[in-house]
Amino acid sequence: MTTRRTILKTMASAAALSVWDAPFRFSFASVPTERRLVVVVIRGALDGLAAVPPHGDPDYASVRAQLALDKNGSAANVHDLDGFFGLNPSFTNLKAMYDAKEAVLFHNICSPYRDRSHFEGQNCLETGGNSPHALNDGWLNRALAPMGLANGTSAVAIEQTPPLLLSGSARATSWMPAVMPEPDNAFLTKVRALYAGDPELSSSLDGALNMQAQAASMNDDPNAKSGKFKASYGNLTPLFEGAGKLLAHAGGPRVAVLDASGWDTHVAEGAGDGQLARRLQSLDQGLETLKTALGPAWKNTAIVMATEFGRTVRPNGSGGTDHGTGAAAFLLGGAVAGGKVQAEWVGLKPSALKDGRDQPARTDLRALFKGVLADHMGVSQTALNTTVFPESGNVAPMKGLIRA
Amino acid sequence: MSLEGAIAVHRFGLGARPGEIARASGNPKAWLIGQLSGGAPMPAAPQGGWAGAGKLVSEEEDYKAEKVRTKGDKIARKDAKSKGEPLPGGKDAGNLRKQTFNDEMGARLALGITTDRPFAERLVRFWSNHFTVSGAKKKTLLFVGDYEREAIRPHITGTFEDMLFAVCMHPAMQIYLDNWHSTGPNSAAGQKNSKKGLNENLGRELMELYTLGVDAGYTQADVIAMAKLLTGWGLYDGHANGFGFYEDRHEPGPVTLRGKTYQPGWDGAVAAIKDLAHDPATARHIARKFATHFISDDPPAESVKRLEAVFNDTGGNLRALSEAVVKDQAAWGADLKKFRTPVEYVTAAMRLTGWNGQGEHSDKQMKRLMGAVRLMGEVPFEAPSPKGWPDTADAWNGSDGLLGRIQWAKEFGDALPQTFNVGDMANDGLGPLLRANTKTVMAKANSKGEAVALLLASPEFQRR
Repeated sequence: MTTRRTILKTMASAAALSVWDAPFRFSFASVPTERRLVVVVIRGALDGLAAVPPHGDPDYASVRAQLALDKNGSAANVHDLDGFFGLNPSFTNLKAMYDAKEAVLFHNICSPYRDRSHFEGQNCLETGGNSPHALNDGWLNRALAPMGLANGTSAVAIEQTPPLLLSGSARATSWMPAVMPEPDNAFLTKVRALYAGDPELSSSLDGALNMQAQAASMNDDPNAKSGKFKASYGNLTPLFEGAGKLLAHAGGPRVAVLDASGWDTHVAEGAGDGQLARRLQSLDQGLETLKTALGPAWKNTAIVMATEFGRTVRPNGSGGTDHGTGAAAFLLGGAVAGGKVQAEWVGLKPSALKDGRDQPARTDLRALFKGVLADHMGVSQTALNTTVFPESGNVAPMKGLIRA
Repeated sequence: MSLEGAIAVHRFGLGARPGEIARASGNPKAWLIGQLSGGAPMPAAPQGGWAGAGKLVSEEEDYKAEKVRTKGDKIARKDAKSKGEPLPGGKDAGNLRKQTFNDEMGARLALGITTDRPFAERLVRFWSNHFTVSGAKKKTLLFVGDYEREAIRPHITGTFEDMLFAVCMHPAMQIYLDNWHSTGPNSAAGQKNSKKGLNENLGRELMELYTLGVDAGYTQADVIAMAKLLTGWGLYDGHANGFGFYEDRHEPGPVTLRGKTYQPGWDGAVAAIKDLAHDPATARHIARKFATHFISDDPPAESVKRLEAVFNDTGGNLRALSEAVVKDQAAWGADLKKFRTPVEYVTAAMRLTGWNGQGEHSDKQMKRLMGAVRLMGEVPFEAPSPKGWPDTADAWNGSDGLLGRIQWAKEFGDALPQTFNVGDMANDGLGPLLRANTKTVMAKANSKGEAVALLLASPEFQRR
């Protein structure tokens, strides 16, 4: 849900957090890895040609018409990457990461899903199945055990409730910046007694208390924030900052999931200086905030950002774009061997497009996920092909995404 | 008070008002079915009444014109704003959107708390969520309340087909799913301006979300065919309902939709929508969703089948569908299987207190409540996508979400006047559903407020 975050006016002060005594003093699990993995689910189908414009493609300017971003234009200067691909003008911080060889961009990439429903597409993206609803839990949840992180506190969703991606039999928790005063311990002890014999509610409550305890024990409490956050839709900063601080903690979680929604640009897309540009700017700022909050842990971090599918190559009748297929994806972080764009590019001529309208899907997103899980988090090939992504033996993990 | 009475009030209603379980206990099923007569409950109108969709369309157009006209006058507006003076260019339509939205949302929440026909109100909410339009898209804000009052409420015991037409023709839906400017490329308007064209959004969601369901086997070509049929459906402030059909935007030529040929024009679109309303896939889709809402997150296949058969046999009669779920024995198990959504949760808590909206602080209380549901992540009329708010526990029972409810319950309990008898409230509010363990823990509370908070935090109050 995106609503709670939209009204984060002020954060509770550090003083409002109670010092936890028994039975809520959780000892931090000894975490088996220094590696951090963040997955950002970009919900709503991000327009890849606006985010990572192939401005060097001979057909780009004509097929994109009013949505084309001009290398030499005024309001919409793309950041050139390699003379062919560029980054949306909003991606100032991401461009700096690319230049520091800490970011890889992907194009013509998609989950195995080939229709155009958001909800089925997101299901496929999150379950990692070959088709929507083929699997009931999230691939990241299934990866927790092979990563040695299935202890209930090593994986956190920056949400009220973990999304499908992180849902399943392995335990995970969720956390959001506090907006209400914390109830006192004596009261919570009684609530816990209420939930005796109710595994659904008691494990959910324990997960919450655990995260609260972690947040409270940190010198750099993610709930403690001096400034005020602007109460505008799409301010991702408090969420990225909270995630970064939790992950930075020596005994904190090692896997975090964030949701960024608001990309379904059917009307007046504004790729260069409109709604999409502003949304991308918010995402770009979020990434920079995350990097800052991670501090020294940044060098051990990989951040994957993926969307359910791309959008139509040509603008529709409303100055926007409709649901497409092949999309852009992002991998960044201090642990990433970056500074490159990976795409099996086939051009933008109608004959190269899927159904004459969409970017084709030439790369399976799971190849990217597998490459990161294998080389960054040490998940074995066997686990990847059986439990994490069942029936995906034909999808080889990408190599060379993580620094040696 | 009987167990069945308590189930009627909680599972099919909105939680107990004082004495309600006792009233329902005589004949719980008749108590529920009786609520289906007399039209849907209606939210209280503000002074001067609601504006009406046609009026709202012209307001919205005014707003657009206003924005363009005052764009060059930004400095003057900023200046006026800082001095607290009226903005140049007349009324501030942005405030009108917000004000209208807040009035509608407040009236709707209040109705949920006060109504003595909670089952009928639950049906309104179910259908409103099924046919979601959302103020998350700002241009829709003005219309979402009118949409529920005019397109949903009149049809909850009518036919699915009538509701579907009302929904498709309402300005809220036309705006929300971008159909109002969708233009056939070969229509007169499309030929004149090549930048205008088809928008697939409503055509797709009409089949995927509102009728057939996503797995019903339609193709991208079908989506385009439906979108073509819907070209020309749009807004017109000269009609009281705000709807108009623009022939000059309508795509000429017959289309093939799911193997059947439809002629272009108004009649072609109407025929296609009728076919969707009566398709067996629609019956299957609706039956499953209805059973999931009232019975459990994973409803028994037999219940779904029964509801599907009723939908098919009655041509989509929604009164018959509602009676069928009440009469389904699987819906009467003592286990509380459904996790309340945040709006259901705060509504049930408020009903427990007997709140009637008449007190001198009622407006403030309603504002706080609107803030509370926002914090908990479910804002009426503002779902995150056309799919509406999720209706299963996994969307609401996560760690942070649960803690938010518990925190709210504590604040709520502490704010209640000390005149309450908490024991009576618990017995009257949950009847036979109240567990011994909850009573034991409540007895340890160190204040009335804490006891109320524990009651609201209890598993039997979190679920229905």
